[in-house]
Amino acid sequence: MARFILRRVLLMIPTLIAISIVTFIIIQLPPGDFLTSLASALSSQGETVNQEALDALRRQYGLGQPIWQQYLIWMRNILFHWDFGDSFEYNRPVSDLIGNRMLVTIGISVGSLLVTWAIAFPLGIFSAVRKYSKADYVLTFLSFLGLAIPEFMLALVLLYVSSRYFGQSVGGLFSPEYVDAAWSLGKFADLLSHLWIPVLIIGATHTAGLVRIMRANLLDELNRPYVVTARAKGLEERKLLMKYPVRLALNPFVSTAGWTLPGIVSGEAVVAIVLSLPTIGPLLLQSLRSQDMYLAGSIILLTSVLTVIGTLLSDILLAWLDPRIRHL
Amino acid sequence: MDFEQAELETLARPDAVGEPAGANTADSTRPAERTIYVASQWRLMWWKFKRHRLAMIGGVIVILLYLIAIFAEFLAPADPSKVQSTYTYAPPQLLHVVDTRDGWDWGLFVYGYTSKIDQATLSRTYVIDETKKIPVGLFVKGPEYKLFGVIPWDRHLIGPKDPTQPMYLLGADRLGQDLLSRLIHGTRVSMSIGLIGVFISLILGLILGGISGYFGGTIDTVIQRVIEFVRSVPTIPLWMGLAASLPKTWSPLQVYFGITLILSIIGWTGLARVVRGRFLSLREEEFVTAARLDGSSEMRIIGRHMMPSFFSHIIASLTLAIPATILAETTLSFLGLGLRSPINSWGVLLEEAQNIRSISQAPWLLLPGGLVVIAVLALNFLGDGLRDAADPYST
Repeated sequence: MARFILRRVLLMIPTLIAISIVTFIIIQLPPGDFLTSLASALSSQGETVNQEALDALRRQYGLGQPIWQQYLIWMRNILFHWDFGDSFEYNRPVSDLIGNRMLVTIGISVGSLLVTWAIAFPLGIFSAVRKYSKADYVLTFLSFLGLAIPEFMLALVLLYVSSRYFGQSVGGLFSPEYVDAAWSLGKFADLLSHLWIPVLIIGATHTAGLVRIMRANLLDELNRPYVVTARAKGLEERKLLMKYPVRLALNPFVSTAGWTLPGIVSGEAVVAIVLSLPTIGPLLLQSLRSQDMYLAGSIILLTSVLTVIGTLLSDILLAWLDPRIRHL
Repeated sequence: MDFEQAELETLARPDAVGEPAGANTADSTRPAERTIYVASQWRLMWWKFKRHRLAMIGGVIVILLYLIAIFAEFLAPADPSKVQSTYTYAPPQLLHVVDTRDGWDWGLFVYGYTSKIDQATLSRTYVIDETKKIPVGLFVKGPEYKLFGVIPWDRHLIGPKDPTQPMYLLGADRLGQDLLSRLIHGTRVSMSIGLIGVFISLILGLILGGISGYFGGTIDTVIQRVIEFVRSVPTIPLWMGLAASLPKTWSPLQVYFGITLILSIIGWTGLARVVRGRFLSLREEEFVTAARLDGSSEMRIIGRHMMPSFFSHIIASLTLAIPATILAETTLSFLGLGLRSPINSWGVLLEEAQNIRSISQAPWLLLPGGLVVIAVLALNFLGDGLRDAADPYST
């Protein structure tokens, strides 16, 4: 097991390097460099541009040096000083801006993943056991519908319905009276009452695919001779189902977490923008619009890295569930 | 020896292989047994596809959508970019067939609008006015256009008989533009971006997946790593980053192709996987070995023997990849990073519905979302049916 984890962690390194290179390219894509943006932002605010300060920044970020050297400097600052550069729009270090929002993003994403599993697991089993029943057709249709509705659309409709018929806003993470309040039980309850909406929206759209996978896997297992044998021996149907076929069908379920997680993180960004949640999604959109590239790049880098780590964790979970995987 | 020779020959022709073994005689819905034995692979696929009812419905809807895309100018009652500030957020009119207020007066018509000023907010809202009657006709003269970009014409399928009168069957947007006309023109952009994007993905997927699966070894490992990398990264933030870096000075057409390219740069991995998987399994098949022993060149083996047997799978995967591209374009344009006005796409139209105020004032702005759902559903069902039919010998 330890060898498996070590191998997977080592394999992750090239992926992380590739992510950082792609991110760096995205940062470099807009015309001009960070300092021209900064200088124009400062002068548009009516502040005088201090040439000395600009030169100091130019040295710090290695601007004007060959592009690969700039990349190395950027990586060194991140790895050794936890310095992602400055956001010229907010005039603050990027790491200050993202910290809290990143936590909320992680919370919502992990919550959505758990909700997705919690819904897809029983529905998939039900759909497979009652194959070609009316309920199976309804579930199949619903899961196709879930795949067809873009997350932002679901969020918009929910926004409309709740403001039209319930006269209540679903945006944000807290009700107005709790936004600046200190943490208390009431605030926590308020957070939960707001959090279930994005979690459900993101969960619903990703449940669809997982139900299909679970159903297909279980159907394959249900036809196996060992099931027939167990049934012939008089094993109780419920016990028979849960103890053997479901356990085997569960493996591909966990292994697809590697694809589900990037989807959920993507969906979280979009839903957060529609519902104006204080996560990194709206910040990314805003920074891209104003070409605040160090901020935008850092967000893309961090979300990608966290997704890759999440995938690694799900792989380790899978290897723990199914020892055969460790030798692949 | 003779028998083996004959078998090898059959195996070398994938078109002819498998009919006797694959024919399911117990199934009464199939045509007579004799016909099955001589039916070509494509005919078998069609029979199998026809049994998938949802796929048939999906197929019809997809064909209709592409017809709308082709004849957009003729079908749209108005010029989609015509701004009419006197009818901002005008609600949808109901198309009446018969006027029963005064006996039975047959003929298409809609009711006009009167504006009402809200005393509290001083904003102008429009309400349907049943005293004004606007006659509507089929094949009426309207704004001029060029059909297929060449044939000049001015007839429209439906429109007000007097072109100066307002007709908003699906309501108007913030600038008083006709939502129905924008939707019809948006269908052209959204459906074509799906098609073109998937086509570019297909070329990338065929080349890279083919190389990967056919040659194997180190090059396979490298390409597989790249695919894994692309799949492990959350796509929307990456798309947003790339789309935002398109130069602001680009013309709408350049942006259109830029966005299409960005979508396919990330979207090719799924297709490459399918192609590689097929190549890997076919490479070991006996009819490929037979062709190689016969001295066929590599290109001939791929083109003549391997391609026909996975062509149908590719078509099915392509159909399933189109909706993903459409959804991606819609999301990007909705966020304001994809296509922009004056190009109409479903996502551009939905951008208008971004805040709660415009949705509650004009809920019909959400209609393009409904069309997205219908299109994606139809394509998914069609793709599902095609995938089942692609392997007509399995039961």
